[in-house]
Amino acid sequence: MAAAAPATSTGPATASTPLLEIFGLTVGYGWEGRPMSTVVRGVDLSVGAGEVVGIAGESGCGKTTLALAATGLLDPPGQVLSGSVRFCGRDLLALSQRELRTVHLSEISMVFQASMNVLNPVMRIRDQFLDAMKAHGVEDRDGAVARAKEMFDLVKVPRRFFEAFPHQLSGGMRQRTVIALALVLRPQLLVLDEPTTALDVVVQRSILEMLDELRNELGFGVVFITHDLSLLVEIADRITIMYAGLAVEQAPARQLYEGPRHPYSQALMRAFPPLGGERRRLEGIAGQPPDLRQLPPGCSFQPRCPRAIAGTCEVVAPPLVRFEAEHWAVCHLYDRVDDHPNVTDQGLGEDHGEKGATVG
Amino acid sequence: MRYLLKRLLLLLVAAWAALTLNFILPRLMPGNPVEAMLARYQGRLSPQAVNALEVQFGLNTHESAISQYFTYFGHTVTGNLGTSISEFPTKVSSIIGSSLPWTIGLVGFSVIVSFVIGTALGALAGWRRGSRFDSVAVPFGVMLSAMPVFWISLLALYFLAFKLGWFPLAGGIGGTGSVGISGAGSIISHAALPAITLTLVSVGGWVLLMRNSTVSVLGEDYIKFGRAKGLPERAVAFNYAVRNAILPQFTSFALALGFVVAGAIFTEYVFSYPGIAYNLYEAVLSLDYPLMQGIFLVIVVAVLLANFLADLLYVFLDPRIRLEARA
Amino acid sequence: MRAFFSNRLAMAGLAILVFFGLVALLAPVIAPYSPTDINFTPFLPISSQHWLGTTSQGNDVFSQLVYGARASLMVGLATAAIISVVQLAMGIFSGYVGGWVDNVLNTITNIFLVVPALVLLIILAAYLPGKGLGVIIAILAATGWAWGARVLRAQAISLRDRPFVEAARMAGESRWRIVLVHIVPNMFGVLVANFFGAALYAVLAEAGLEFLGLGNINDVTWGVMLYWGENTNAMLLGQWLFLLLPGLCILLLGTAFGLLNFAVDQVANPRLRRN
Repeated sequence: MAAAAPATSTGPATASTPLLEIFGLTVGYGWEGRPMSTVVRGVDLSVGAGEVVGIAGESGCGKTTLALAATGLLDPPGQVLSGSVRFCGRDLLALSQRELRTVHLSEISMVFQASMNVLNPVMRIRDQFLDAMKAHGVEDRDGAVARAKEMFDLVKVPRRFFEAFPHQLSGGMRQRTVIALALVLRPQLLVLDEPTTALDVVVQRSILEMLDELRNELGFGVVFITHDLSLLVEIADRITIMYAGLAVEQAPARQLYEGPRHPYSQALMRAFPPLGGERRRLEGIAGQPPDLRQLPPGCSFQPRCPRAIAGTCEVVAPPLVRFEAEHWAVCHLYDRVDDHPNVTDQGLGEDHGEKGATVG
Repeated sequence: MRYLLKRLLLLLVAAWAALTLNFILPRLMPGNPVEAMLARYQGRLSPQAVNALEVQFGLNTHESAISQYFTYFGHTVTGNLGTSISEFPTKVSSIIGSSLPWTIGLVGFSVIVSFVIGTALGALAGWRRGSRFDSVAVPFGVMLSAMPVFWISLLALYFLAFKLGWFPLAGGIGGTGSVGISGAGSIISHAALPAITLTLVSVGGWVLLMRNSTVSVLGEDYIKFGRAKGLPERAVAFNYAVRNAILPQFTSFALALGFVVAGAIFTEYVFSYPGIAYNLYEAVLSLDYPLMQGIFLVIVVAVLLANFLADLLYVFLDPRIRLEARA
Repeated sequence: MRAFFSNRLAMAGLAILVFFGLVALLAPVIAPYSPTDINFTPFLPISSQHWLGTTSQGNDVFSQLVYGARASLMVGLATAAIISVVQLAMGIFSGYVGGWVDNVLNTITNIFLVVPALVLLIILAAYLPGKGLGVIIAILAATGWAWGARVLRAQAISLRDRPFVEAARMAGESRWRIVLVHIVPNMFGVLVANFFGAALYAVLAEAGLEFLGLGNINDVTWGVMLYWGENTNAMLLGQWLFLLLPGLCILLLGTAFGLLNFAVDQVANPRLRRN
């Protein structure tokens, strides 16, 4: 993808300080009288200014929870069990509710899944822009309206819908409106959770193109969450694959496309062939994701893995293995360095494995 | 607009049904209603009264039932509700005319106040679901709505009016019944107990309904997004939660109003409050069919009208009904 | 089901209901005298002979209260049962079958909804000759079915369009089988909640009718007790206990049904569940 223009906002993110850094984040859901389900386990992630980072995985793998927790939007019964999140160097999880509120929308915006119902049905769209802007200190009403309408133009929704109510817009227009809302205060980071899944393919495409243009114009970083790996391969700079709450592989998009290392990533790739590629037999992935309350020891993917090593994978947690620059995977297949010339590093001498992985 | 028209049509049909029911019922009863009434009054009815009755029930004429129906329909629609038996020869419409305002005041006050208080408390309970307030508000609401209104009226009458003398024992207004400053004060003190008890009994239902509506709205995506926009909690509570949660309450209005009117029957009876519901009770007791029918019809029409007003308000408040989808 | 039993409100309501049920069942054992026995001096105060005194007619208050439980429970449960059957039938026909049947039934339901039920009830009570509990149950059922029917219809409609129902239809299952096996079980929660709601309505409305003297004033029920209390100036004679207790029983039984109604709704309605 084309390199993004430098961020135009006044945030302190520079080329060297990452925008968002997630270290070893572990998140669980706990109800009274039931054992805690650990939904995200020790995940590391970072996003640089203007970068597009994709997170891919099946539903239930924890990608949405990861995003909610990292942006401070996680509601009970979810809770962050360990780890840290830094935004432009600031500890996000230590912020009070009040401070978080100032950060939301103006510095980090999140666009939820199924944004069709994300707008208040009894308020005009104009008012939903204005109340957000007012909450962030934009006092001048006319100025706010002008800015909001500019965003409307950027997302290509006709201005006459500005005064309308949400039910009067089509699904695609509502999605665009939500994106406009998310960007109206020029945040530095935009987190999108399945932004196009509920829309038809044509609308999907146009929204993605629009996002790309906006990114070029405004220079924000993006975290793009989806189950559709083929999509990410086209739009992301780097991709993280998640399975059962763990980050199992991470690589620049091109490298992941050309050479996925983790068997799960390989299976995902096989399940979604890109449109322009050669015709291949489509294969699903047999089996089900594990019950997060009763995780098997060893590798979580082992029960479904076609390349599992008997005697090892089901017992021992796999280590983190580094390949070429910025490409790593958590897997036993690459245990012996000599077998794989591309392996540059096998763990760091400690048992990282399922507990965490550091970004190269 | 379509919604309003449909509702209007329904209300008209309901009014017609009530009217027809009024016509049919006495004729369905075994025996001759006039004879039944004669038996009841043990011959103390004047010949004119008997005659009027027979005319009213179409027993003397040789008209067919259908043409009687049309006569009845015509009379009713033009406001001729017949003549009362128990208060012969007073016309039904004048009895109703003098007692209706009292009931409208009582019921109107109770409905509005119980709605406002109940909805506010319910919203608070729903917003703070699981809190101490919520866990107290819910059983309280249930208990209040299970409270027999006549029972609490009796107790109130006994303890607050009889024993403590804080309120008058009966009637709508004391003394000369003049309307003026002193009259107004007397009206209020006489209306206080009936109004308070009626309101009390109606509040519980609104609390529970609004609480559940709020809880269910809080699970919606737009609440989460409202928070994710960084809005202060107050804005989310009012503009996002309450404004949406309150809408379904208007569709329960019909039922609620019906119950308040029924409750008024008991309250007016216990406190001897001179309203139309009290008249209904007396009419039922004395089998004064014309009066009964007249009051029934008036009550039904009034409730239907109030319903329509609630519908108008609902349409005004919910843009999804008010404006058709454009895109 | 487990959620139901761990719900505090449900347990409280159930406890009260069981209490009254036991009282009603064991009435002959618990009550010292026959409730219709009027040989006692009226208006006696509390004593060891008459634990709660005597009524204006000379009955033992305690015995009347105990036997009154039978009437209230019977009326409440019987009416609720009838109403539930009617609602279920209407809900299914209207919601699932659809078409003009739905239009007609729905219009009828709406008419009954806007006409005040209790007013209609009183009018009907006035016209009807016999005034026993059976008659009361009948007119209560005739006036109290509408609200629950609307809720059930909405539920039936939403179920009609669910994928598993469509799948059953396409698999060629007969209409009746689909209704019985797929639709009704899924309406269970709403049905039970409605049942208790109807019981609440019945208990209160029955008491109201009797209080006004529109029931059979020789029956032994809590409402009739209040009728006599009001009409024989128990108040003026300071017999407030006699006024308080029957009403309190009605309140408690009503609360039990109300709690159960609310709790079942809380457990069954997905929008109200905690996460």
